[in-house]
Amino acid sequence: MIKISEKKSVLKLENLTIKFGGLTAVDSFNGYLNKGELVGLIGPNGAGKTTIFNMITGIYRPTFGNVIFNGMDITGMKPHVITHLGIARTFQNIRLFSEMTVLENVLVGEHSWLTNFAARKALHKHDPEEYPRPRWKPWFWSAILKTPDYLKMEKEMKSHALELLKAVELEKYAHLSASALPYGPQRKLEIARALATKPSLLLLDEPAAGMNPQETHELLEFIENIRKKFSLTILLIEHDMKFVMGICERIYVLDYGKIIAHGLPKEIQNNKKVIEAYLGDEIYV
Amino acid sequence: MKRISVRTNFILTTIFVIGSGFFLLFADNTFGDYWSRIITLIAIYAIMAVSYTLVNGVTGIFSLGHAGFIAVGAYTAALLTLPIQQKAMSFFIEPLIWPLNSIQIGFLPATIIGGIVAAFFAFIVGYPSLRLTGDYFAIATLAFGEIIRIVIQNSYSITNGALGLKGIPPYTTVWWSWGWLLVTIIVIGSLKFSSYGRALRALSEDTVAARAMGINVFKHQLTAFVVSGFFAGIGGALYAHWLTTIDPRPTSLGIMLTFYVLIMIVLGGLGSISGAVLGAIFFAIAAQWLRIVESPMNFFGITIPGIPGMSMLIFATVFILIMLFWRRGVMGKKELSWQYLYNLFLKKVGDQD
Repeated sequence: MIKISEKKSVLKLENLTIKFGGLTAVDSFNGYLNKGELVGLIGPNGAGKTTIFNMITGIYRPTFGNVIFNGMDITGMKPHVITHLGIARTFQNIRLFSEMTVLENVLVGEHSWLTNFAARKALHKHDPEEYPRPRWKPWFWSAILKTPDYLKMEKEMKSHALELLKAVELEKYAHLSASALPYGPQRKLEIARALATKPSLLLLDEPAAGMNPQETHELLEFIENIRKKFSLTILLIEHDMKFVMGICERIYVLDYGKIIAHGLPKEIQNNKKVIEAYLGDEIYV
Repeated sequence: MKRISVRTNFILTTIFVIGSGFFLLFADNTFGDYWSRIITLIAIYAIMAVSYTLVNGVTGIFSLGHAGFIAVGAYTAALLTLPIQQKAMSFFIEPLIWPLNSIQIGFLPATIIGGIVAAFFAFIVGYPSLRLTGDYFAIATLAFGEIIRIVIQNSYSITNGALGLKGIPPYTTVWWSWGWLLVTIIVIGSLKFSSYGRALRALSEDTVAARAMGINVFKHQLTAFVVSGFFAGIGGALYAHWLTTIDPRPTSLGIMLTFYVLIMIVLGGLGSISGAVLGAIFFAIAAQWLRIVESPMNFFGITIPGIPGMSMLIFATVFILIMLFWRRGVMGKKELSWQYLYNLFLKKVGDQD
């Protein structure tokens, strides 16, 4: 619902640091994502990758540092407001609403169309010229009273959801319970549900986890596809090196909360520090 | 699978509602006073159960403070409809405070105000306690429900304390109660089957994912809690004018009532509105039927004295059995719709979905 003005850097992370007690999980992470880029974030287990995601999406508040999204400082904003501003994510372990149907899962993502007032107000405050003053609508009451306004919206949501399901080739499962889907389609559904919030930045947390090479290859094409179709900027965490090297344009490597390398896939492949982080240091006896 | 269209659904439902209306008219006139009262009670219980299932079933937060809101609604409405003379007579320990001692309003506005005041209390209780989750939330609401009861018990100048209110006009008829039940079902049903209802069901399954989908979890939970509180207050107002005397004992408007309603919604299936209504019907009838076990009886030549509270023992046993063997209840999370009945009875064997 929210249009994002064209600016070069979609996401900028400045000195992002978070401390849990005495442990510095992420230590002054500096990074950026340009519009339309597909960037990978890799590192050994426990390096702090998901923590970075959680800071971007507002689940954790960074101890220092800022998250700048389209030129706006979104540090410390509430997770749902950040989603409304246009950052959607998926989870490492699939978190679908398993008792709801496939269609309903997508429709839940579209619920944000009705409740994004706070986000629009924040945008207006950030740039009054680009974003007009938002008008608050009593959607809750319209939903109970089923006003024509609401019914029109509901219809729009449904047709958009079906379109999305078609785009991810899940439309034939629309009325099936989400838990009845096989693993691969569940991943796709989670991405479709994230797309329902109309994001401009998509964060994928280990999308290829638990997939066989064939499925991984399909997913690779699928992600390329939706990136073009929905003109997305994507940041993804992944362990499957083949997958990361095949799809990412740029890679950040994280170890113990610090960036140890940053560059093109080829450069990363031959980086000594990266190899050390993954395989361990040489041992001199 | 054959899908029943929206229009057919609407027509069938309208016929069903009108048919139920005629049945109630018939039952009210021919079954006698006793059954009239039971039928009224069924609707009152159903209002409480439907409003409770919105929080405990649809939203998936386990509240135990429902009786508190019912009590608030009951007292508010009763204080507004009590005749002024009756008030002067009842409040002999401490006189009733000013605005309440000189007003008497009609039943409908009193009920609505009862609902609004209960919703306000739900907001006050929900705002701090919804920051807790799971068991802690249940304990907090249990405590708040008890606080409400104890405040009622001790504010003599407003509620007449432990003496309770007597001589409340018996306004609650079959029509008032079933009318309000219809309103409750329409509003809560409309909420459940809207975008907001979907959001509530989503956050009941996974709050983290719901938050990532842009749902303001706290706000949605609070909204559901307040709507539930409103209808609990309505139920309480109707209940007060059905009982005609109310007092703040734990067994009348206290924790026991919460457990009664909990039995109804668990029996009917948590999260199902039609299940809550079915549970209420079952509970109201069973509670009357189980009066037999509380009276003295002759059992194969052995005389058993009447034991008050025996029926609760049986309810508790039934509750345990449900929890062990039939946790989804009658309806599970499904609703009793025409489609559901069609699938249940008319679908041919081997029909594919």
